[in-house]
Amino acid sequence: MSDNDTILTMENITKTFGPVKALTNVNLEVGRGEIHAICGENGAGKSTLMNVLSGVYPYGSYSGRITFDGKECKYHTINDSEADGIVIIHQELALSPFLSIAENIFIGNERAKGGVIDWDETRAEAKKLLDRVGLPEDPDTKVMDIGVGKQQLVEIAKALSKDVKLLILDEPTAALNDEDSAHLLDLVRQLRDKQGVTSIIITHKLNEVAAIADTVTIIRDGSTVGVMYVTPETPLDQEELIRKMVGRPLHNLYPDHPSNKPGAEFLRVEDWTVHHPLDSERVIVDHANINVHAGEIVGLAGLMGAGRTEMAMSIFGHSYGSNISGKVFVKGKEVHLPNVQSAIDAGLAYATEDRKGNGLNLLQNIRENASLASLTKMSKYGVMDDNIERKEVEQYRKDFNIKCHDIDVNVSTLSGGNQQKVLLAKWVISQPDILILDEPTRGIDVGAKYEIYEIIDKLADAGKAVIVISSELPELIGICDRIYTVSYGVVTDNVEKNGFTQEYLMKGMTKEREVAA
Amino acid sequence: MSAATATPAKKEEKVGLLATVANNARQYGIVGALLVIVVAFQILTGGVLLKPNSFVSLIQQNAYVIILAIGMVMVIIATHIDLSVGSLVAFIGGVCALLMERQGVNWMVAILVALIVGLIVGVWQGFWVAVVGIPGFITTLAGMLIFRGLATVIVGESVPITSLEFRGIARNYLPNVLGWWGPFDGLTIVLGILCIVAFAWSQLRKRARVAKVGLVPEPMSLTILKIVLATIVIIFVTYLLASSGNADQGGTPIMLVIVGVLVFINNFILTKTVFGRHVYAVGGNRKAAILSGINTRRVDFLLFVHMGFLSAVAAVCMLSRLASATAQAGMEFEMDAIAACFIGGTAVTGGIGTIPGAVVGAFVMGVINQGLSIMGVDTAVVKTIKGLVLLLAVAVDIMSKKKS
Repeated sequence: MSDNDTILTMENITKTFGPVKALTNVNLEVGRGEIHAICGENGAGKSTLMNVLSGVYPYGSYSGRITFDGKECKYHTINDSEADGIVIIHQELALSPFLSIAENIFIGNERAKGGVIDWDETRAEAKKLLDRVGLPEDPDTKVMDIGVGKQQLVEIAKALSKDVKLLILDEPTAALNDEDSAHLLDLVRQLRDKQGVTSIIITHKLNEVAAIADTVTIIRDGSTVGVMYVTPETPLDQEELIRKMVGRPLHNLYPDHPSNKPGAEFLRVEDWTVHHPLDSERVIVDHANINVHAGEIVGLAGLMGAGRTEMAMSIFGHSYGSNISGKVFVKGKEVHLPNVQSAIDAGLAYATEDRKGNGLNLLQNIRENASLASLTKMSKYGVMDDNIERKEVEQYRKDFNIKCHDIDVNVSTLSGGNQQKVLLAKWVISQPDILILDEPTRGIDVGAKYEIYEIIDKLADAGKAVIVISSELPELIGICDRIYTVSYGVVTDNVEKNGFTQEYLMKGMTKEREVAA
Repeated sequence: MSAATATPAKKEEKVGLLATVANNARQYGIVGALLVIVVAFQILTGGVLLKPNSFVSLIQQNAYVIILAIGMVMVIIATHIDLSVGSLVAFIGGVCALLMERQGVNWMVAILVALIVGLIVGVWQGFWVAVVGIPGFITTLAGMLIFRGLATVIVGESVPITSLEFRGIARNYLPNVLGWWGPFDGLTIVLGILCIVAFAWSQLRKRARVAKVGLVPEPMSLTILKIVLATIVIIFVTYLLASSGNADQGGTPIMLVIVGVLVFINNFILTKTVFGRHVYAVGGNRKAAILSGINTRRVDFLLFVHMGFLSAVAAVCMLSRLASATAQAGMEFEMDAIAACFIGGTAVTGGIGTIPGAVVGAFVMGVINQGLSIMGVDTAVVKTIKGLVLLLAVAVDIMSKKKS
């Protein structure tokens, strides 16, 4: 690397929060015009490092030295780093949904003369930037009207409008489907090749790292543990990368778990049809038929927008959709589940894909979150029994290995993996027979994923019927006994374990509606 | 946390005490601020603030803020707000006064009807919020106008109260059943001792229960510190109350009993019941609450019914104190109650807040009121100062949160 031109060096960065050392002597060297991946488990310190770089943690609140583009940086705010051409795109997009694409691109950086916005120039410039990122949208379109994938591109266009030299992408594809992800990564490559933009990309998806990174820096427990270089001749050794990230060999990404002999049929859904909540003509789930048995782990595979989450939520007490029809049978008996409480009473549980938005109350602690779906069981005449609650939650803190000081700490202080475990604990505590887990490992690190898989296996071994929804096919193949493929709201196939191949499943997931119907 | 158990118990306890205090700095901060204000006014008023009789009138004058604030804090935790409580105090007070004075209804029946009217108004507002889905701000803004208007219509100029029993609610003391022990009211001293015993017992029992489940209780030093501090405060308050009053009566004011019972019951509801959990869950993340099987509309509805009930209680207390119903009664009470909540650490965005916090917030406002009025400061200036205190309290809160 020494003979290469270096755009950024961070030397011996140490950052502490009170008594906690978040970063200890971290070193990072990024070459000009490369794509540099930073890998590490959740809580390893990646985001902290990027916040130090961009001035979220001002100069002086950390120790160490940052050199960007040949001069030492002493940023006090994000504006300082942006002025030098360092732009961060955060995992949670910072766009204003009710404003247009053009307005969002130039927000805080308006094309104006004497305080009056020049709309012609704004639109024209926005159009140019949209062309650069390959987004054929009208600059006047409201951001809320385009998908997450396109919104991500708008963020990049916004970054380009600021003459970005170093683009930092924090989990850019976490919420994207495969197609949008591919497009985004392609764009990052183009920016490097055609426009000389250096990128730092933080991601958990190792395939992405292998596909796009020139250099990989691995951070573990707040320290740099290694740097790996990728060239066309020497592709990334993912095994090696995982070993470095977790500090222990992971023999396999998925636990070895023989399928249980399926027991009685716990859940059967017949002819399930759901319409869009605001447009009762638009079919979201189309005459779906699925079933799950005791001890079985069944996957729902589909691309973004296939209707998996919508199907699950509509079954779970009509939490989604309008004009719902079809039949639900629990343990052979038909049930009507018009609200969530009735679904819980019938033995269903649904752990949402959006743990921060729909799953947890970030203002409350682990105990209060984990017990929320089971308050009736933990109370007498409406008065909570603290002992039962503490005992129960404490039990799952141990069983699920939730890393925390105690169960009275706020869930907002936990890492994504531990938050996910709290969400799972909440639903296991409600003692369901049927668990629907929607993207149970989204945005969490390899180690925590493995633990979640083990929990899922245990649930199945305990005779629960488990449905797993996931966007990551290898994950479903790794843990499921049976997989339904879903495409455009239609269940297109029911694949037994011996038929699991990515290619075969992908066929079912991409079947056009006409063909399927 | 196996490492922690391995360290010597004494050392851990020390760290634990500091850490526990640091973790709850926000709560302790408000109490600390109240103490500073009390001491400051005690000095500024030359010791008048904490004279027995002015202490009693502090309680009697501010009872309405506390009563409204305990309902308001729940409403705010659930991300709503209620602007109508001041108008309700005037309206329900008017109804109560007319029943007694024009219809000749017995004062106890009148109070009962007033409370029922409060519940009905709560049902009315709860319907618009929970069933129709109109934001609480708008529903109660409308309510503020509607009930102020109705109060003016039914009351006219004013309706003076003649019933001495009714007027006694806000002025009288618990009967002196145990006689005078020297200069002190016996019953008050007994109540004070009971409070100390109850507090110490509840703290120790909490520890024992936590330990029984196999969890680490708070450090013993903190428990003892809490009990000692509470004992000092209760002894002081008991002393003030027991030596208060006039030639006829003295001791524990009836208003204190009403407020105390309401605070106790409502704090129990908010911290110990399933409904309380639902309130926090709805306020912290409504979507997550819905997906956890909580009937959020029911929670919203009940909160407004509850607020209506407490508004009626406040109306009765206020009517008794003023001994006359006027259309202007309860003016800006909603602002006092809301301010008490925010001074007491309730989050503007909902999800966070406690009843003890709101009560302390109400006392902060009350002490400033009382202290300044003893000093003879003009009411317009008092208002300005209260506004600045509200701003300062929330600013300190926000800045301390940013630091951590």
